[in-house]
Amino acid sequence: MSEVNVGPASSFTDPGRKVFEVGGQEVGVFLLGGEFYAWENRCPHLDGPACQGRLLPLATEAVNADRTSRGREFSKEHMNIVCPWHGMEFDIRTGRHPTNQAIRLRKVPVRVERGEIYVTLRA
Amino acid sequence: MPDELKSSLVGEVRELQEITAATDTRDYLFAAARQAQRQYDDYELIVDVDAHTQEGRFWPEILEFMENDVLKHTALNQLAGGIRTPLINMQPGMSFQSLSGRVPHQSGPRESVSNPDKPGAAFVEIAKRSIDFMGVDYQVIFPTSMLHLGMNPMDDVEVYLARAYCRWMVEVVLPQEPRLTSLIYLPLNNVDQCERMVREFGNHPQIVGYTICAVRHKPVHHNQYMRLYSMIEESGKPLVFHAGPHWDDPSFTQLNRFISMHALSFVHYNLIHMTNWIINALPERFPKLKTVWVESGVAWIPFLMQRLDHEVLLRQSEAPGLKRMPSEYMQDMYYSSQPLERYDLKLLEATFDKMKASTQLLFSSDWPHWDFDPPSSITTLPFLDDQAKRNILGLNAAKLFNLPIKRTRPRAADAIAARAADRVS
Repeated sequence: MSEVNVGPASSFTDPGRKVFEVGGQEVGVFLLGGEFYAWENRCPHLDGPACQGRLLPLATEAVNADRTSRGREFSKEHMNIVCPWHGMEFDIRTGRHPTNQAIRLRKVPVRVERGEIYVTLRA
Repeated sequence: MPDELKSSLVGEVRELQEITAATDTRDYLFAAARQAQRQYDDYELIVDVDAHTQEGRFWPEILEFMENDVLKHTALNQLAGGIRTPLINMQPGMSFQSLSGRVPHQSGPRESVSNPDKPGAAFVEIAKRSIDFMGVDYQVIFPTSMLHLGMNPMDDVEVYLARAYCRWMVEVVLPQEPRLTSLIYLPLNNVDQCERMVREFGNHPQIVGYTICAVRHKPVHHNQYMRLYSMIEESGKPLVFHAGPHWDDPSFTQLNRFISMHALSFVHYNLIHMTNWIINALPERFPKLKTVWVESGVAWIPFLMQRLDHEVLLRQSEAPGLKRMPSEYMQDMYYSSQPLERYDLKLLEATFDKMKASTQLLFSSDWPHWDFDPPSSITTLPFLDDQAKRNILGLNAAKLFNLPIKRTRPRAADAIAARAADRVS
């Protein structure tokens, strides 16, 4: 395990994302709601560059109390990263697929110290 | 070097950019090149039997080959008016393949090329980037917008666009890259013109077969096609059914989301054509004609085998031309792999066993469409042995399409290194 400084926290927008390659390992670092999250840039589907896709709110089926549908709406709470290879989506906070929570990105430890972001890479 | 390729270096840390429709194919498929390096770089041959042109960018080049002055005038007039693919019967407002921009490569190609003004060069350069980075020796190219052309109510448009596309492919594209191959699009609404195209283009060495774009309502067992099938059988090249989506089909208008139509439509057309093909005993009438069924995945195959076997046992008098069970004929046919339904691997393994995948399945990427599969979709299947993987990834296709078993692709490490050098230059 090795910890690497990937740059200043102030360079991120919220919500925002940067993807880094260090020694052959690729990590997506995300800022959402003031918190940083980091995931391996590797989709569990077919190893696509999941973290280099678009950030989009979770799409939801808006069902009324009487079980009728208003159609689809974007969530105001949940933001996803979308793998650009095939469109598989993952919640930025949990790394999990919205429908099948067993399918998820691999977590990368991330912390902020004195305004700098550090991620912990596998040995 | 374009801005989107620039990387900011922070010590040993390199920042990677968001992938967009303008991203270079080599950067888009960088992970595929790493898979090639780790998983199948030593394989003798990789053949991708189904990839596509995104004709929109190249449509003006194709229209140059329109042989009908009136239709060419109409098409160029539409082009000048801002219509991207004149004469094509697809509704632009009903195009959801890119998942609303979530899958950018479906909206491309918008990347830079070295020689944008030379006809065919942009397509060839971009295609070559894809096969180099997926680690493919030979690729079979299909159209995209023209997959629906069989439903165009103007029969002459199908004929003249088919001829224009075929001439563009044979005269412009294929001479620039020997690793690219293609098929003759058969304008099935006019059988005389189909036969003319077989006679005219069928002997080209990079034309490896004939395709029926399966989105159409013409029954493929009709007597009018028997002479055409005889010609194709005699040519020794296969007949390839390429499925597609079509939301306007009456039953599909009940489906309110693209995902639903997409899941059913491709399979639907191959189910119909395969059923007609078998029940009318065309495998008996054309025993040497090899057929290939493309872009419906594989899950439909055991379903139809079971279903037709069951029905034929009970209703033999309605399929009297058959000398074997439908599943046995289907086991002699060939199938492309994409989109490979990999979620339930036990079901997939049973499907592979039933369809005799080790000799009948052909790897296909469908690149650059949104649901493409890289070769790793095959190499990572835990139930396949090494020989089966090699067969599916290339050797089966080499036998079927008469391709030389000779490596033409670069080593994955070399492709990766060349791109890395490109980035820093």
